Amino acid sequence: MSVLVFTESEEGKFKKTAYEVVSYARGIADMMNTTVTALTINADETTSLGAYGADKVVHIKNDKLAKFTANAYASALTQAAQKEGSKVIVLSSSANAKYLAPILAVDLNAGYASNVVALPESESPFTVKRTAFTNKAFNHTEIKTDVKVIGLSKNSFGLKEVQKDASEESFEPSLDDSHFNIEVQSVDKVKDKVTIADAEIVVSGGRGLKGPENWGMIEEMADILGAATACSKPVSDMGWRPHSEHVGQTGKPVASNLYIAIGISGAIQHLAGINASKTKVVINTDPEAPFFKAADYGIVGDAFEVVPKLNEKLKEFKASNS
Amino acid sequence: MKILVCISHVPDTTSKINFTDNDTKFDTNGVQFVINPNDEFGLTRAMWFKEKQGATVDIINVGGPETEPTLRKALAIGADSAIRINTEALDGYQVAKELSAVAKEGNYDLIIAGRESIDYNGGMVPGMLANLIGASFVNTCISLEVDGETATAIREIDGGKETVSAKLPLVIGGQKGLVEESDLRIPNMRGIMMARKKPLEVKEPQGAEIETKAVSFEKPAPKGEVKLVSPDNLDELINLLHNEAKVI
Ligand SMILES: Cc1cc2nc3c(=O)[nH]c(=O)nc-3n(C[C@H](O)[C@H](O)[C@H](O)COP(=O)(O)OP(=O)(O)OC[C@H]3O[C@@H](n4cnc5c(N)ncnc54)[C@H](O)[C@@H]3O)c2cc1C
Ligand SMILES: Nc1ncnc2c1ncn2[C@@H]1O[C@H](COP(=O)(O)O)[C@@H](O)[C@H]1O
Repeated sequence: MSVLVFTESEEGKFKKTAYEVVSYARGIADMMNTTVTALTINADETTSLGAYGADKVVHIKNDKLAKFTANAYASALTQAAQKEGSKVIVLSSSANAKYLAPILAVDLNAGYASNVVALPESESPFTVKRTAFTNKAFNHTEIKTDVKVIGLSKNSFGLKEVQKDASEESFEPSLDDSHFNIEVQSVDKVKDKVTIADAEIVVSGGRGLKGPENWGMIEEMADILGAATACSKPVSDMGWRPHSEHVGQTGKPVASNLYIAIGISGAIQHLAGINASKTKVVINTDPEAPFFKAADYGIVGDAFEVVPKLNEKLKEFKASNS
Repeated sequence: MKILVCISHVPDTTSKINFTDNDTKFDTNGVQFVINPNDEFGLTRAMWFKEKQGATVDIINVGGPETEPTLRKALAIGADSAIRINTEALDGYQVAKELSAVAKEGNYDLIIAGRESIDYNGGMVPGMLANLIGASFVNTCISLEVDGETATAIREIDGGKETVSAKLPLVIGGQKGLVEESDLRIPNMRGIMMARKKPLEVKEPQGAEIETKAVSFEKPAPKGEVKLVSPDNLDELINLLHNEAKVI
């Protein structure tokens, strides 16, 4: 009956979202009077999961799973869910989790709700709140199947510490060649740079910055804050910045704690993709720019004057606060 | 090569989102519907396969008669024929099951769907469909080449990309990158005329079970006024971000 949660790691270390999904699973387990089992694949340690409420860690060590392959990971989760008799399986909203969740749902004949933002509103019927219309609304979705798969939206639940001593058990799922029908040939990943998906803070630039040569100050701000850089769609369309930085309704979603928009007008398609961020700051010369209606804090001013000054202030702040 | 492109019919990105019937239904009043942007990238990529390597391109939608103008538009862009499965799409699992029946029957080499639809944002139909028909599956696909029985795809991952290869039949969850914005095609007069004569077959549904159901909708709480900070008082902004919002 245990609630099963997939805790993702990278190079052996848990991602922050791993702790968030465990916290969430703990919440569901408490509602249902049951326990939390975390599944880890090739993680170096497992004890830290107890601090967020895992009762048991099922640990897979398998070199074949060193590279992510959706079918194999989904099958490992399916087998763990069956072994634990789990009725609820919780995943994050990482690219990998979103890749494997629908495969897993079919394997378990489970209803799947993605982009869930809160604990179930009721257990029977089992109803969860999720975002829809690209953050322009929410819907309350009832999952009718016996087994349920939940994809938790990033940064929507937060971390909740509850000290548990998680027991540990190793597990060997049975995997065959068909689980590796997608062959990973190469992985090209930026090292030492915060990704938009993982970032707590995102600094984003728009067409107001006039040209790619002016991104130095954006990168500097991101450096100071340990933030990821992003941009509006026209900026990536014009090739000023890579496509991977395009955020918005048709680009990457942003659900950071802080989103700083510089020289971005705040078109509806842009806002839709970044509205899930907690705090929004806008810097724009035009007080009528629609972004001011969506932001928490705003500066009406010229980015070329404000940003360098703000960077200096942020550096001082960081120096005295660390 | 036989290609099937899944088309979801969604409100245009500028639409104001409202609900009726006690917040249980999406208010379509004054809303313009379009081809889901992720599907439009996929459809254009399919046109390139057709033109460069030779392929037939069928399109499919699970939905009521109201989706037909969207299908006609996709035909005007260049798809060869359309299928509409005549039932209201209420759940991604249901849609995937309905699609799987046609997908199996048609023996497609390649099925192109979108990473997600911009209305339901389920991000579930392509992966479920692939699993139901036992095809290979690549999600968040930003580049796709097919050579004989093998496809090489690039998948967007958090913080980078990954190149993978897979045997056909293949289902992808596609997005921008498959083609660029500037490659998208606006139907011309000739295309629109031809589209009227292309086959649009209406099939009755299998009657797949509805596993998840959106019971009601809610709009986000209205946001408070923005706090304006003078550009000459940046310490105040840092103070607010640190002490009030607690985000730095
Ligand atoms: C189907 C569709 C999908 C789309 N999807 C997306 C999406 O996912 N993401 C996205 O971002 N857009 C998307 N768009 C585009 C969107 O409609 C806007 O065109 C776009 O977001 C505008 O980008 P921008 O704010 O950088 O540029 P602009 O609208 O040109 O705004 C530039 C802003 O910079 C300000 N500015 C100028 N000079 C300065 C200065 N010196 N200092 C400070 N501010 C200055 C101006 O006042 C202005 O507000 C989509 C559009 C369509 C039709
Ligand atoms: N009703 C539908 N008919 C046909 N294809 C659909 C339908 N709904 C979703 N799809 C396809 O599945 C993709 C992902 O949709 P979703 O899982 O709803 O986010 C879309 O981009 C479409 O390609």
